[in-house]
Amino acid sequence: MAYHRIAALVIRHLYLYRRSLPRVMEIIYWPFLDLVVWGFITVYLATFQGQMPAVVTFLLGALILWDVLFRSQQGITISFLEEIWARNLMNLFASPLTPSEFLAATMVMSLFKVTAVSVVMSLCAWLFYGYNVFIIGLWLMPFIANLVLTGWIIGVFTTSLIMRFGQEAEVLAWSMVFLFQPISCVFYPMDVLPAWLKGVAAVNPAAHVFEGMRGLLATHTAPLTNLGLASGLNLLYLGAVVLWFHHTFNVCKERGSLVRVGE
Amino acid sequence: MSSPVVEVRNLSKRFGGFTAVDGISFEIGRGEILGLLGPNGAGKTTTFQMMLGLVTPTSGSIRMFDLDLQSNRETILQQVNFSSTYISLPFSLTVEENLRVVARLYGMSDIATRVDDMVQKMEMGEWRHKLTRKLSSGQMTRLTLAKALLTEPKVLFLDEPTASLDPDIAHKIRAILLEERQATGLSILYTSHNMREMEEMSDRIIFLQRGKIVAEGTAKDIVARFGQADLEDVFLKLARE
Ligand SMILES: Nc1ncnc2c1ncn2[C@@H]1O[C@H](COP(=O)(O)OP(=O)(O)O)[C@@H](O)[C@H]1O
Ligand SMILES: [Mg+2]
Repeated sequence: MAYHRIAALVIRHLYLYRRSLPRVMEIIYWPFLDLVVWGFITVYLATFQGQMPAVVTFLLGALILWDVLFRSQQGITISFLEEIWARNLMNLFASPLTPSEFLAATMVMSLFKVTAVSVVMSLCAWLFYGYNVFIIGLWLMPFIANLVLTGWIIGVFTTSLIMRFGQEAEVLAWSMVFLFQPISCVFYPMDVLPAWLKGVAAVNPAAHVFEGMRGLLATHTAPLTNLGLASGLNLLYLGAVVLWFHHTFNVCKERGSLVRVGE
Repeated sequence: MSSPVVEVRNLSKRFGGFTAVDGISFEIGRGEILGLLGPNGAGKTTTFQMMLGLVTPTSGSIRMFDLDLQSNRETILQQVNFSSTYISLPFSLTVEENLRVVARLYGMSDIATRVDDMVQKMEMGEWRHKLTRKLSSGQMTRLTLAKALLTEPKVLFLDEPTASLDPDIAHKIRAILLEERQATGLSILYTSHNMREMEEMSDRIIFLQRGKIVAEGTAKDIVARFGQADLEDVFLKLARE
């Protein structure tokens, strides 16, 4: 890994964001809008406080954390799409840049997006609804770290599919993550799922993060088991999708399709 | 004699059942300009892409600087660059930003000075702060050539580098390339459909047809061997066979 090549890619993206309104909206305006809509729903639901305790803390917290996962995935996939749209893959991969360095740069971009989105959303939640995301406490850090990792997994997976299948697969950049939402148990406990789906959710690291968050808020139990499971699954899957990305990269070089992606 | 900078042996590429490049071998010496000539679909671009590590050969070997490309990709590509009328640089960055990113990608030092020098050499001063999206195709070609020379390569791959340039700029570009070769010993592999340019630039020419080398030598040799008036007639004769 050469640090200067990763830095070169990150700087290239920063140049891009610096003068692009749609790209800035993506990390500021849309998360803000999400939060406002969900905020009002939460305020409305809170009028039934008696029947639905702590619904406010659950929903807004869950929403912010879900957006962390979503933006983390986008950070990876959109960074790759940017290179396709700019027809820049040939320039990059005919340089000494390695596929691993390329992935590392998209991960840095992902962290950058997650940080921006989290700050925007937490600040808005606090300003508009007096909601302090930090009531989740210091556990917030390992929760977020795990959601970022899950986002990377889905991001690298989606990127490999786009690299392999080209333009038709581009829409996955926005839709893939929502395949995972029902089994991530973002807004409801794993227990409400039917038995067979519960089995699927059990091997989804994100589900354990949200389960842990609810446990923490409701009963103040330390979410050690949840975090352990989430981290273990995350590392396992991340290793697997990174290997698969390298494999796909080689298949594309074999077929001569690497420099034709997006054409 | 010093060993060649580029050594290609029995290089082949098959896409499914179709053979795009069929067992070609050639060498390029230090400071040599080798022209790759051939009709559309002959396998020129595929050959370039294999030499840049973008396409994996089906068989054969590519060596540069006495190293095998398969196992020394980073070391080799650090000393190589390419340009073509068919490539571009990211549209949403300015000309100068694009050059800076490339310089960083190749780990160059003194980036600001280097970019200034290149902008001057390629006469890009008037549009260095323009968005790349707004360049004319001739300006884009100059920019991609600038990015290729910026990293001080020892080997340069040029796939139809002057196809969209007006004669004045094309002439200047050729002068810059010859000057660079003189000053640094740059080796160049290059394609063009401009026969006069081929004759003027190339020390040697390889004629590629359906993935195979069908003629090789200096422009003069080839013209004489095929009993034609000039390279264009040779091209027409071979391409129509
Ligand atoms: N990735 C690919 N998959 C299938 N066929 C390809 C691919 N790339 C090139 N070809 C075919 O290989 C042949 C040589 O193409 P190319 O190297 O681009 O020729 P040239 O640059 O000499 O015009 C063409 O028939 C082309 O259609
Ligand atoms: Mg070609």
